[in-house]
Parts: sequence; C-alpha cells; structure tokens
Amino acid sequence: MNVLRRLSQAVSRTREEIGGRIRELLGTGRRVDEAMLDELEEILLSADLGVDTAERVVSGLRERVKHDADTPLDRLIEEEVLALLKPTSSGLVPQAENFGDQPRVVLVVGVNGTGKTTTVAKLAAREKREGRRVMLVAADTFRAAAVEQLEIWAGRAGVDLVKAAHGADPAAVAFDGLNAAMARGHQVVLVDTAGRLHNKKNLMSELDKITRVLSRRLPGAPHEVLLVLDGTTGQNALSQARIFTEATGVTGLVLTKLDGTARGGIALAIHQELGLPVRWIGVGEGLEDLEPFDPSLYARALFEGLGALASEERA
Amino acid sequence: MLDALQERFDGILRSLKGQAKISGSNIEDATREIRRALLEADVSVQVARDFVARVAEEARGAEVLKGVLPGQQFVKIVHDQLVELLGGQNAPLVLATGGPTVIMMVGLQGSGKTTSAAKLAKLLKGKMGRRPFLVAADIYRPAAVEQLAVLGRDLGVPVFRPVDNDALKTARLGLAEAQSGHFDTVILDTAGRLHIDEGMMQELERIRAELNPHEILFVADSMIGQDAVRAARDFHQRLAFTGVVLTKLDGDTRGGAAMSIRAVTGAPVKFTGTGEKLDALEPFHPERLAQRILGMGDVVGLVEKVQEQVERQDAERMASRMARAEFDLEDFLSQLQMIKRLGPLEGLLKMIPGVGSKLKDLDLDSRHLVRTEAIIQSMTLRERQQPAIINGSRKSRIARGAGVKENDVGLLLHQYEQMKGMMKQMGGMGMFGGMGARRGEAEAHPLPQVNAASAGFAAKRAQKKTGKKKR
Repeated sequence: MNVLRRLSQAVSRTREEIGGRIRELLGTGRRVDEAMLDELEEILLSADLGVDTAERVVSGLRERVKHDADTPLDRLIEEEVLALLKPTSSGLVPQAENFGDQPRVVLVVGVNGTGKTTTVAKLAAREKREGRRVMLVAADTFRAAAVEQLEIWAGRAGVDLVKAAHGADPAAVAFDGLNAAMARGHQVVLVDTAGRLHNKKNLMSELDKITRVLSRRLPGAPHEVLLVLDGTTGQNALSQARIFTEATGVTGLVLTKLDGTARGGIALAIHQELGLPVRWIGVGEGLEDLEPFDPSLYARALFEGLGALASEERA
Repeated sequence: MLDALQERFDGILRSLKGQAKISGSNIEDATREIRRALLEADVSVQVARDFVARVAEEARGAEVLKGVLPGQQFVKIVHDQLVELLGGQNAPLVLATGGPTVIMMVGLQGSGKTTSAAKLAKLLKGKMGRRPFLVAADIYRPAAVEQLAVLGRDLGVPVFRPVDNDALKTARLGLAEAQSGHFDTVILDTAGRLHIDEGMMQELERIRAELNPHEILFVADSMIGQDAVRAARDFHQRLAFTGVVLTKLDGDTRGGAAMSIRAVTGAPVKFTGTGEKLDALEPFHPERLAQRILGMGDVVGLVEKVQEQVERQDAERMASRMARAEFDLEDFLSQLQMIKRLGPLEGLLKMIPGVGSKLKDLDLDSRHLVRTEAIIQSMTLRERQQPAIINGSRKSRIARGAGVKENDVGLLLHQYEQMKGMMKQMGGMGMFGGMGARRGEAEAHPLPQVNAASAGFAAKRAQKKTGKKKR
C-alpha cells in the first residue's frame, strides 16, 4: 500500500468530518459571505484548531477571496492550512548516517496516557525493519508494569531492552541503556519515559536530568526529543508542547490515536506557535501502525475530494 | 493563557458602562468572550453555542445590582447556569444493598481506567469500609493485567486475572469468584477502545448485558478536545453509562470537555482524578470546574458577595461623598466594617479583575483591619469628622484607648490624608460614578475600586508596621 493511500485512509475520518462538512458548505453554492466564513470557522474549531488558529485561517481566506475570485474556495482553504504547516528548519529529520559509529538517541516524552510506550515500540519496529540495531530503554520506572509492557513489545519487535527495578532513578537507567548500546554497537537508542503532567515542576526537572545524563555519556545526545501528543487532546496540547519544549528541547511531535474520530488540529496551532513539526502519526494498536507525517499529504488528504466536487458543481 | 483571558475580561468589563438592566447590547462583548472562553476550554462548538445563546436569552432584562456591571452580572448568571448544567450537587456512587455491587470502568485508551479502578478500590476499602474486588478484563494492552495486579497488591485488594483471553468470560467468572469470597464491590477494569471500533464496543455491550452493573463509569481524560462529544455520545448510546470519572485534573487543562459530556449524555461526573497517588480521587465540585472552564477569576464570587453584603444606600452615599472628597474617618470606619463582612481581604482583592495582579505582593492581615478599626473607634465623633483637630494630647489618648503606639495613630492619619488626596483625583476622573451618584458618566467598576482603595490603605499600613511576611 503506498504511503499516500495509507495516510489518506488513516485520516479518512478526519476527512469525512471536516472535508464532509466543508463540502456541504461549498455544495450549497452559497456566496462567500460572513455567515459562511463563520460556519467555516466552526468547522475548523471542531477539529481542535483552537480559536486563534481558526481565526487566522478564516481571516486569511477573507483577504484572499477579496482579491482572488477565480480560485475555488476549497483550494484556498487547503492553501491556508498548508501555509500553517510549512516546514521550519527545525523540522529536518536527523539521518542515521550523520552519526557514524555512535548511536542516534531518541528520547520520548509526554503526559500520562498519550501512548508513549506504544509509540516507542512502533518506532523500534520501524527502525528494525529498516535494518538498524535498536536498543530500547525502559526509563518509566514509576508506573506499575510499564517496564513489563515495554518488555512485551521489545519481544514482539525483536529488539534489545535495558531495564531496571521499579522505582529506580530513570536517569541512571537511561545512562546504563546508552552505555550498553554504545558498548554493543546499537545504532538507535529509544528511551521511554514515565508520563508526567507538564505542570509538575519536579517531574519536569527529572526529564532535564535524563537529558543531561545522556549528553554526558554521548555529547549531542539526545539527538531527538519526541513529544507524544494524544490526538484527541484539545487546547491543552499547546501548553504541553510549550512546557515540554522548555524543559527538554522537544524536536518533534508524534500525534497518536488518529484512527478514531479525533482530528488533532491542535498540532497546527503548535506548529504555528513553536515551529515543532509533526514527525509521526499513530493510527492503530499494531506495531506497524505508525506513519511518517507529511504536511502537504496531510492537508491534501484532509481536503481530498473537494476539488472534484467543486468541479462537478461547476459542470 | 489564563492571565491573557483575565486581561481580556478586565478590558471588556472596563468598557461596559453602568446600566440598570442586562440588554442585548451591554452583554454582547461579554457573550462573545464567554463563547471564546468556552471554546478555549475545549467545550464543544455546538454545546458552547447553544449554552451561550440560552443563557443570554435568560439573562435579558435581569436587573443589574448596584456595585456591579452588566457584564459582571452576566458572568455570574453564566456561572450559575454552568454549575447547574454540570450537576448542582455531588452524585454519589450507587451501591447495591443485597449481593455485590458491580462497577464497570470503560473509556478510550489512555484515559486512566486502570489507575481510576485502583483508586476507587482504595476509596471503597478505606473511607467507605467496603470489601472491593478487582477484575482485570483488559486482555489486549500488554501488561495491563500486570499493572492492575501490582496496584491491587499495594492496596491489599485481590485482583482476578483473565481466563482464556476472553473478556466476557473473565468478567463472568470474576463476579462469581467475588461472590463466593463474600466481597461486596466488584470493580471491572476493561480495555481502552475507540468508540467507532464495532467489535470492541460489542464486547462491552455483552459484558453489560451479562453482569448488569450498578455503575458504568466512563473514564474521560480532562484534556480531551472536541472529540469528547463524539466519544461520549457513542459510549453512552451503547452502554448508557451512569457516571463519569474526570481524570488528570491536576494538570493545567481547563476541562471544558466535562461540560460537553454532561450536555450530550446527562451523566453526572462522580469523581475526579487529581494525582498519580492512589488516594488522589476526589468527589466532583461543579463550582470549581465551572470557574476553571470560564477561566475568568472569581468575578462570580465578587458579585455574590456584593449581593449578600452591601447595602445599596450605603454604597451610594459613600460613592457620592468620595466623589466630592468629603470622605472622613467615619466613612472609612464603615468601609472597614463592610470589608470585614465581605471576608478575608486577600481573597476579596483577588476577585477583582485587574486588582488581584497589582496587589499580589501586598501582605494582608485582617488583624490590622481590627487595629485600624480600634483606633478610629477610640476617637470622638468630632475627631472622626474633622481629623485635622487631632493634636498631640488627643493622639496620646486615642493611642491609649486603642492599645497602640502614638506613632500608629499618626501613621493612620497620614495615610488617611494621602488617600483623601487620591480620592479627590479619582473623583475628578469619574471613577465612582457607576455606583449611582453619577451614573452614565461612569467608567470602571465602582465598588471594587472603593474597597480596593481602603483595603490597600490598611494593607500598606500593615506592611509598614510589621515589616515581615504574614499569611
């Protein structure tokens, strides 16, 4: 199955939800007026874009429509959304070959219940499929049976795991894990951390400690810090992104649970404010249910079918 | 974000003029801001729209209390309606009288079902004096059973493990086991699932049909966004859940999803999760959540207090005297007494939009109010009306009467003069008009200003006196 089709399937419900309603709106053959823009804003709001971002899209559209009566509205909407997702320089994906003999270290963080452990497992399976030697580090020593959970995943994915006793210092586990990976020549080290609410200062400084310990063992590590966001999360995700970025220098987002009806629109607001790119989307409970995120594919998939419909209308 | 919102509200409230009735026009801005506040709190677009429209309709024509502004009063009405919608009072857990009570936990992945199940077991075993029994029916997520087993072991509550990797069979056999062991409450932990996953939802339906639980608790992450409506509605249509557990409220989310869930299902929030420790499960307080969702400081509390305490005539008389800078120590005394009736000073000041932030470094101690009151009460009526006549010997008499040093009396007089000067200026700017004396020219919230001015006076004094922090 090609990437576009998979992705398109993954966000098909999002598309149905948003695209469907936008189609309905356009299908009425109404002129673009304030009432219509208000309705459009509500549609965007119900995708969790947030008030500011939805207003930005709508006011951008209002301006464009004034000067450009020829381009179909759906195209304009797609372009406005794409503009929000325009990649920033921080969005560049670190490539494995940049790291020579040293492993690439990825730290995975997030609030409770977003799917960090599952995401780590999926990333491991993916790296392994691409032929790299992967080490998992179970640094969630807090939640009951979190280590066991990752251990089961490691077995399924066929990758190595470093763990410690429940309640151990997560920074120490991270250090040991990286140490072992360097000694045994692993190419990728994935560090799973305990879920923590971003407003808990001591837990956030624990993350800072993990980061410092990793970089002491291997300068430059962690090379990536992925913040796992639950795709169903609303406006609070912005606060999560802000504070996790301050604490650990987040480099990218993973948007999970997009196989439901959630739309993950807050990622647009986060990208807009913090320039953080969405790197991966989680679309199921299986090891293979992780897809790279491509903004233009996403925007196109989101509004796919609009163009066809609009031309049908004209014909 | 909260601060930003607060600022916006301050602005709106400032721009509203003192008018006697709530009308479409004088709450238009407040209406828009409230809709926005609800949306930013993740209340569903539809629910927010309906709610604001309904409340605005109901509020129209309501008389505005003297001392508050239409926008402020409207906010109060919104708050009250929101509290009502969230469920006026706490809904207790339904417990069976004969045979074991069955409680089933359901919800999306990662909402906190397993943790909540363990917390509930602790609450039942401890405070409620029952004998809970946990059944682990999450046969899908790796180590989910292990997680519940560890928690159960810590709590000293038995955990029934899955049989034949079959959730329904596990639930059935778990219940039988609990019955034979004379446990009175069975908590069934189920796997997280998407509301659109047909097979998985059918599994829950089958368990429900077989066990006929007394409570089905929908465990919802308080950070959930617009999707809350869809998920809650689907779960409710299939299972008719009886209550909601709102988790992760110890974060900084505004929790508007709870309002959406309540609006579309009618099920009450029965518990809130407020921490990672197993005793962090609390009964639900609708007022707290309403204020959190609205995120607008405690304008509501202020309006309520004003409603309760302030005699209208008093306030009007005071305002007009202040505006003319005729404010004497007698007036000051009645102000102090009013403030005392309103409750702790710090709390009061924090309620006033725009004032709370400016006064945040002040030390406030209501004991100093008492001292100030004692000083003024040691004065003769003439001294209170014409403080200028207070000379050295009068000062020493007053100090002895109040049990303070002469310096304290002098300080109070000095600050009274300063305040009077300040009031002359403010009166000239029409700051007090809204209270009735100069209605129509008014600009800002009147009564809070008065209180703030006198409270600030006492507070400043308190700081100088003690020179150390007091809480």
